[in-house]
Amino acid sequence: MNLSIFEVLGPVMIGPSSSHTAGAAKLARVAAMIAAKPFNKVDFALHGSFLKTGQGHGTRLALLAGAMGIAEDDERLKAAEAIAAEKGVEYSFTEAELDDVHENTACITFFHTDGSVSSITGCSIGGGRIRITDVNGMATDISAEQPTLLIEQNDVSGVISTISTALAAEGVNIGVMRVGRSTRGGVASTILELDEPVSDALAAWLQALPNVRRVCVINL
Amino acid sequence: MYHSVRDLIDQATQRGVTIGTVVLENEMAFTEKTAEEVRSELRRRYGIMSESIVRALNEPQHMVLELISGQSKKQNDYTAAGNTLCGELLGRIMSRALSACEVNASMGRICAAPTAGSCGIVPAVVSEVARARAVSEEVLMDALLTACGVGAVITRNATVAGAEGGCQAECGTAAAMAGAAAVIMAGGSAEMVDACVAIVLMNCMGLVCDPVAGLVQLPCSYRNASQAVNAVLSADLALAGQNSVISADEAIAAMYKVGRQLPPELRETAAGGIAVTPTGKKLHKELKKMQ
Repeated sequence: MNLSIFEVLGPVMIGPSSSHTAGAAKLARVAAMIAAKPFNKVDFALHGSFLKTGQGHGTRLALLAGAMGIAEDDERLKAAEAIAAEKGVEYSFTEAELDDVHENTACITFFHTDGSVSSITGCSIGGGRIRITDVNGMATDISAEQPTLLIEQNDVSGVISTISTALAAEGVNIGVMRVGRSTRGGVASTILELDEPVSDALAAWLQALPNVRRVCVINL
Repeated sequence: MYHSVRDLIDQATQRGVTIGTVVLENEMAFTEKTAEEVRSELRRRYGIMSESIVRALNEPQHMVLELISGQSKKQNDYTAAGNTLCGELLGRIMSRALSACEVNASMGRICAAPTAGSCGIVPAVVSEVARARAVSEEVLMDALLTACGVGAVITRNATVAGAEGGCQAECGTAAAMAGAAAVIMAGGSAEMVDACVAIVLMNCMGLVCDPVAGLVQLPCSYRNASQAVNAVLSADLALAGQNSVISADEAIAAMYKVGRQLPPELRETAAGGIAVTPTGKKLHKELKKMQ
């Protein structure tokens, strides 16, 4: 049986819906990890079923809670609005105009305290599972089911080999690797799904590499 | 390695071990965890399930539209008064299944089993049968593993999503899992587990998913209570030695086929069944006004 019993007896989650509550919280939590900077304002542009049936399933509370780092099995999720007020986080929910995307899609825009903006799009695909499909305009595919490294680098030769060598030296095995770029010689992105989590030291070392622009670690 | 309920039974019988052992060993091989790691996570999840089935017994939970608020307390009080038709065991099981549904609907913490909408059935049946039979923790764990094995087979060979297979796929699967666990805790044989799973599914074949206003409240909570009872009565039929004639795997395949034959209106879209009764529609309008 190629299915864990904890996929059957699980997930442990805040109700009522694995896709509209638990998945929504996880989506926003992973998006905030990718944005990786403090923010004082966040907008959730909702599409399809997230927009239409979200109210009864607490989708908006779940998204807001997730963006603030509250996990999908944490009962503070229900108090997301009060927690946001306490933290001084402003939030808004708008209607997304997206074509050809999953029914449960949200485009999350973080307004960072340093004045920069991050925009991350993803969907909740059922059973609490998610996909991040776009990071700041670059198409991607992140499930966050494994420890994941998201690296933005200059599109020059040798960067990927340096990264994979460093991971191998730490005994971290790469399960899946996806590489993309905006333009030749421009900004490239590498997504690595790993069998082992990445240590802070290794992440810092990668971040310090000359052609690496940004390293983001997703260890749920 | 197992792919069907029959595999589980044959492997357990041939090796002289429990079905739960076969499931545990598969989990260890598949996830590269030790037996203790698997047991410990199972214990943690059962703890969360156990909390969800008692939380609303004395304290009504609050949710959007309040369709099921206070159901668990009402059933619990009625059962405690000692004058039920179903008897104490079924009364306790029903009030506990209702509790988990209230907790889920009110944005409380639950453990899906196999889904959030059906989260009351497995814990209510397992905890109360364990109590009635005073089983050891080891037997309770073995029963839970057996339930997981049955759930995994249905997930892989059919579906547990209401949107795909209707309520029979969600609450029906939960009842099949719970029934299997009940048979184990009552000391039944592996073959009785097969019969019980088949009988559970025969008893709910075709059950549609028709949530009022699209909320996981009504008829979901009553379906949790009734399918929990289905699990226990099917276990009793199997334990009495009733021949299911149709095997568990055949019943699972039939359930899947029926699920696909259901029109979309009867698969979690809130566009059929109880959801589109005049009252159901009125409640749906009320919810829309709140948005």
